[in-house]
Amino acid sequence: MAGKGNSPRPPLAVALLATLLALFALIPLGYVIYMTAVTGWDASIELIFRPRVGELLVNTLLLMLIVVPATLVAGVGGAWLVERTKLQGHKWWAVLLAAPLAIPAFVNSYAWVSAIPSLEGVWSGALIATLSYFPLVYIPAAATLSRLDPAIEQSAASLGLGPWQVFFRVVLPQLRIAVTGGGLLVGLHLLAEYGAFAMIRFETFTTAIMQQYASTFNGTAGNMLASVLVFFCLILLVLEVRSRGTARYARIGSGAQSKPLRLPLHRYQVPAQLGLMALTGLAFGLPLWFVIRWIVAGGAEIWDVDEFVPALLQTLGLGLAGAVAATVVAFPMAYLAVRHPGWFSKSLELSNYVTSSMPGIVVGLAFVTVAINVAPDIYQTTGLLVAAYVLLFIPRALVNIRAGLAQAPKELDEAARALGRSPFNAFLKITLRLTAPAAAGGAALVFLAVVTELTATLLLSPNGTRTLASAFWSKSSEIDYAGAAPYALLMILLSAPMTYLLFQQSKKVAGQ
Amino acid sequence: MTEQSPARLPEPRIAPSVAPTTNSHLQITDVTKNFGSQAVLKGVNLSVAKGGTTAIVGPSGSGKTTLLRLIAGFEHPATGSISLNGSKVAGDGVWLPAHKRQVGYVAQDGALFPHLTVGQNIAFGLDTAKLAGGRRGAAGRISELLDMVSLDASMAKRRPHQLSGGQQQRVALARALAREPELMLLDEPFSALDAGLRVATRRAVAKVLNKAGVTTVLVTHDQAEALSFADQVAVMRGGKLAQIGNPFVVYTRPADRATAEFLGDAVILDAWMEGSLATCSLGGIPVRRPPAQGRVQLMLRPEQIRIAEDGPIRGVVVDTDYFGPETTVRLKLSVPPELADRADHRYPGGGEVITIRHWNAPIARPGMELCLRVVGEAVAFPLDPACD
Repeated sequence: MAGKGNSPRPPLAVALLATLLALFALIPLGYVIYMTAVTGWDASIELIFRPRVGELLVNTLLLMLIVVPATLVAGVGGAWLVERTKLQGHKWWAVLLAAPLAIPAFVNSYAWVSAIPSLEGVWSGALIATLSYFPLVYIPAAATLSRLDPAIEQSAASLGLGPWQVFFRVVLPQLRIAVTGGGLLVGLHLLAEYGAFAMIRFETFTTAIMQQYASTFNGTAGNMLASVLVFFCLILLVLEVRSRGTARYARIGSGAQSKPLRLPLHRYQVPAQLGLMALTGLAFGLPLWFVIRWIVAGGAEIWDVDEFVPALLQTLGLGLAGAVAATVVAFPMAYLAVRHPGWFSKSLELSNYVTSSMPGIVVGLAFVTVAINVAPDIYQTTGLLVAAYVLLFIPRALVNIRAGLAQAPKELDEAARALGRSPFNAFLKITLRLTAPAAAGGAALVFLAVVTELTATLLLSPNGTRTLASAFWSKSSEIDYAGAAPYALLMILLSAPMTYLLFQQSKKVAGQ
Repeated sequence: MTEQSPARLPEPRIAPSVAPTTNSHLQITDVTKNFGSQAVLKGVNLSVAKGGTTAIVGPSGSGKTTLLRLIAGFEHPATGSISLNGSKVAGDGVWLPAHKRQVGYVAQDGALFPHLTVGQNIAFGLDTAKLAGGRRGAAGRISELLDMVSLDASMAKRRPHQLSGGQQQRVALARALAREPELMLLDEPFSALDAGLRVATRRAVAKVLNKAGVTTVLVTHDQAEALSFADQVAVMRGGKLAQIGNPFVVYTRPADRATAEFLGDAVILDAWMEGSLATCSLGGIPVRRPPAQGRVQLMLRPEQIRIAEDGPIRGVVVDTDYFGPETTVRLKLSVPPELADRADHRYPGGGEVITIRHWNAPIARPGMELCLRVVGEAVAFPLDPACD
């Protein structure tokens, strides 16, 4: 009954704020559509259907075809070993398999180039991307596996299915949402990644757009490449939504859930341990080893306080500003989604997800173009850079605040109002207070993303701005690998606790 | 059957809120409410007397919770008005928000603030500045309120998750009572509790509210709870109040068949009404204020049908359900001899399956024939023209 649910009419101010944010979020998409329109149909066709785009298309598709299945195998396999087998030290492996996420892909690439300087081409790109992104599949798959109802597997076993049949016919289908979601993230990261592929001279749409922008500032050609890139992103989103289907895999029924079943590995224990050692060693150990090696090799000289401290402070400042701004801006949207669900809040949310699925390069280009043409005063200002961060990373804040708001049901707010508190006071004392921990978690994740963001930062940062990522990039582009190492180490150190937080949170929200 | 002298039902007590009264605490007049295109309340009128206890009972989706939320000030009525102590608080251009209505509210699960202790929860609505003794006074008041709901003062330091469901509901009540509201709204506060705890908590809450002299409106879908808790029961169905009256009246003389069946098990039989006597498969049964003559539907409560040692009304046991203190017996009625000879077929000819209750389980076994008698009056409903 409607009366028991949520009031269908949201507060006007909240709806207005959320609508403004959604409109703001649509700027990059609007920009791509507008640029395609002003370029004209014939010119657009000419710019899109040319051999150069064909090359990039083949590279990108090859990368997708190799990396997405590889991350699925590594991610789901790792998750299954950790959550469903009697793997020795499975608690340690659970954390270690998520750890590579703390290493930005371009730092991973830097380490591999340090190890094998001749590294280049699609297979190298695929190796680095797989090692960097498999935790995006592992984390949701492990979280879902840990929360699947074991009674379903027990029922399958009682119907005569062996352990492998149970895995393929019962467990794997239940991982569909986690796997398709993880696969989508990997795909989007592949489309958006610049640094990792630029370092091994492997060309994708993103690297080509950056080159176009850096060499000629030629808007039209770059914009057409961006529109193809956006088209790919939208295809991925649609594919993910379609493959996810309408099935729901949450546990049904009351009563306590029993512990998940763990299969004995017997003679596979050693191969499993060796396999996981190889995977985490290559994805986490190798980059960390080379970063430390460069630091040792560089000695005290590479710790140039005049360069290092401002980069750290600026990164912390931008990270903090991005985290706070994204959290504040996400609040009205999350409030609408939780307290007033319906087509209105869903469409507003969708506009944010579409924009955040776009590569940083597209958002950066859109902001550069719009700022130069509409508001030149804000071009290359910190405000514009923070606004781009907000658009790129708002889902991280949104998802967390939504979860937090769900822990603060409106009945508590109403109870406070019935106890004489004004709606605003009730919101402050109850809703905001109860949502604060989740919002802080979301802010931390946005902070992590800002710290390691490269492309939008390179395009939009004001003159003189040097973040850890841009300073690392600048040093490594000059083949000063030792000079880049301290920045890489700091990024890893800042990312590590956030990665652990993400891992812990995924366990809580799996199945919701 | 007609030779029996049915015991007369006692005169219904008229609830003070139903009778014309000048001390109405809550007055709801022609209130409607829509959610989008769905009309949830379709013109509700209700009056609750000062100090009275009203239970609004109805199936899911009947609009009872919406009505409570309108009274609390969480929703605006589309039309109509709501008055508290003679002052309009909603409708006709007037709107007093929830926090200014001096209305206590206890939600289904208590809605205790999880980040606050029990004491802090209770103190949440207290204006410590206005309390004699400031903070120390507040501590005293918290202990007093905990005592009022039969909880130990040491509970004040606990967190809500450290309490049982029943204790949480008592704390929620203490919190709502802290501001000394004149009207208390209870939104299915016992529904999440298990059966034994539900009865105990309901008794405790009723006792506290009674002692405090607070006017109370309880919303529930549990008819037994409504009948046992309130001195006035309002039955809601499809966004309207189907019947208002004291518990005895609404149970024994429901306004229509749906209300009868909602409020408890009902035996419904086709009957022929002549004067104030209805003839059916259970014989002739007196009816108070018959709504029509000729074909009607007759309603009896299962407990009105007793097993007799001998008599003309008989039924064959179809099956039984044993519940410990009582057994539910389903019987197929035989044709009463007095009706068997009638030629005009206006009278029902038996064969209906009815349910009765009996304390003695072994007396009824499938296939056994039992003699029956009816105690008290029946209620007659005019036949639905659509079914005629």
